[in-house]
Amino acid sequence: MVKRFLILLVLIFFVIMLMPLVSDIQPQTELNPLAEKYVKDGPDELGSANLVTSVIVTYRGLDTLGEVAVLFIATAGVGFMLRRRKDSKLNPQKKRESSEILQTGTALLTPLIFLFGIYIFLHGHLTPGGGFQGGVVIASAVLLSLLSYPQAEVNHKILNAIKSLSGAFYILIGVLGLYLAAGFLDNRILPLGDFGHLFSAGAIPVIYSLIGLKVGSELVGILDSMQRSDS
Amino acid sequence: MTLVSIIGFVLIIVGLWGMLTQSNIIKIIIGFSIIDTGIHLLIVSIGYIKGKTAPIIDNSIVKADAVNQVVDPIPSALVLTAIVIGLAVTALMLVYAVNLYQRKQSLDINDFEELKW
Repeated sequence: MVKRFLILLVLIFFVIMLMPLVSDIQPQTELNPLAEKYVKDGPDELGSANLVTSVIVTYRGLDTLGEVAVLFIATAGVGFMLRRRKDSKLNPQKKRESSEILQTGTALLTPLIFLFGIYIFLHGHLTPGGGFQGGVVIASAVLLSLLSYPQAEVNHKILNAIKSLSGAFYILIGVLGLYLAAGFLDNRILPLGDFGHLFSAGAIPVIYSLIGLKVGSELVGILDSMQRSDS
Repeated sequence: MTLVSIIGFVLIIVGLWGMLTQSNIIKIIIGFSIIDTGIHLLIVSIGYIKGKTAPIIDNSIVKADAVNQVVDPIPSALVLTAIVIGLAVTALMLVYAVNLYQRKQSLDINDFEELKW
């Protein structure tokens, strides 16, 4: 009874605390000055048709680097928590084979999903999409394969190589921006190209592809450690 | 106050209520995910401008007039990364739950009282 009362008290306190924040959100009629600068100067300065992408990859590139680092730490945590029981794998019980429908569907769909993921992160500067979404789509293709072939194992050497190299090249391109352009993670180290075409926006497609590979391989790593732990 | 921000607010409260009242660890994690979604909606609703469209310049949006036609790109950018981070953090929490279950064969939070005082 006391517990319920306390929970109610905490909730009411939280509502009171959060209420001013929510009631202050007025339907806006025009952009605030910072957003206006991004929208006005972004297309000419960075050459990216998708303004969200130019904010993520270049204007707030350092934040994105931090987000990728958080993702890496979460994956490392998952791997660490599940690794300890690897030696207790004395009696690996036999897993049931998946049905033929799932196996045929996987053979048909996996290459297409991979292709779709790569398409999403390559066109991140033109269409809604980008490295994070593309990486998650690629990880979903691997999840489908792991579901239909439970005995299969992800090749750890290739996975770790993709993980480390994409992260390292991401930093490297950022540092290159310091020397060849205006600052860290500046995309103008490559020519800006024709606005609205695939080869445009300087280094943004390169950086977003690296983020896509990084996110995809990290999430595949999570799936892999979860799959190995239950055997 | 817009409709989306109210929905986000309600989701945050519902998620917090779920985290406080449920004793099953999986349900606590679900409550956390609901809070996550609510916060995403709240952030997106800050940047929304009525009648304007997504900040992607193509044939239908003139580059010079984009300022009057698009919504704020910054909240969208924040939420975009937050969704993926939320996914990874949820995975980490589920792995904690797996580990706890293997220690005590129980998912009830009341069975874990080593740190209780």
